[in-house]
Amino acid sequence: MGAQLRVYRQKIKSAQTTKKITRAMELISASRIQKAQARVAASTPYSRAVTRAVSAVATYSNVEHLLTTEPETINRAAVVIFASDRGLAGAFSSQVLREAEELTTLLRSQGKDVTYFLVGRKAIAYFSFRHRVSERVWTGGTDQPTFETAKEIGEALLETFLRDSEDGGVDEIHIVYNRFVSMVTQIPEVVRLLPLEVVEGVEEPGSDQVLPLYEFEPEVETVLDSLLPVYIESRLFNAMLQSAASEHASRQKAMKSASDNADKLITDYTRLSNNARQSEITQQISEIVGGADALSSAKK
Amino acid sequence: MAVLTVSVVSADHEVWSGEATMVVARTVEGEIGILSGHEPMLAILAAGEVRMTLPDGSKVQAEAADGFLSVDNNTVTIVARKAELV
Repeated sequence: MGAQLRVYRQKIKSAQTTKKITRAMELISASRIQKAQARVAASTPYSRAVTRAVSAVATYSNVEHLLTTEPETINRAAVVIFASDRGLAGAFSSQVLREAEELTTLLRSQGKDVTYFLVGRKAIAYFSFRHRVSERVWTGGTDQPTFETAKEIGEALLETFLRDSEDGGVDEIHIVYNRFVSMVTQIPEVVRLLPLEVVEGVEEPGSDQVLPLYEFEPEVETVLDSLLPVYIESRLFNAMLQSAASEHASRQKAMKSASDNADKLITDYTRLSNNARQSEITQQISEIVGGADALSSAKK
Repeated sequence: MAVLTVSVVSADHEVWSGEATMVVARTVEGEIGILSGHEPMLAILAAGEVRMTLPDGSKVQAEAADGFLSVDNNTVTIVARKAELV
């Protein structure tokens, strides 16, 4: 067999093995995405209910509380980045990291210090490669997040939020994650978690309207104090679930195009190897014909 | 009489939702019964059961812990980290 032919056969074989792996990963992601999507849908009522309650308090009460009031000066901000644990998911991790970089630039230009909280091995790798520091990291289970992790992150964030900025506390918390829009679109999104910004589902009361008198049990402060961690956890958990669904969708898409590319490579190399084989045969025939011709002309 | 729109949600799913004429829940200050037309309220739930009386007179019970009860405009939302029907 000709050397050329052998090289092509090797390349076909390697493309075939790669395709087997990418195809398997594609199928795994496709089967997990349904479940991830269902979990996002299932957690939405909770998140919505909590957000509505928080918004109601923020809108209808005039109590001074960390949750509802904007600090006068913001010196330090925390950024929580939700990336993935494993790669091979297209632009999933890089687009969220890029978004975080833009946010960092924006915050720095406003004269704020930025500290990072990272979720997912890819984010940590990105930071350690650039010798940058992060406050805390969490790894494992980005594709199947649990409420316990959200709780843990929430506690850590709250603890930093309640500390003074002189002792390394923060005045502002942002989260950056991939929002799951559809199977083909996942958008990196920045949300300011604290102080409260998004008021969903509650109409702003007009200035002439009388505010409904909200009754709090026990007191407003106590209710707000216990509402704060719940609110943070629910937002974080929702972000983690969205991010997990996006990761699966993004991986499925990436692996699908990898499999398609492998298919194309296999076809191309098969053509080339057929060509090589044919030209080898042609060469052999012409050698035989030439040899026979030489023999017969020598006999005469 | 107007009915209440009730939903009971836990961290990972919606436990129950529907209409009820009365909701009885346990807050940190004691049991509270809510009928339609109740003033807006936000309360911290204590671990315990939530009882709902449906318009047809039947009853639904749920266990809830670690959460909130909010009443606004005849809508009652019970938000708990852990909640399940009994």
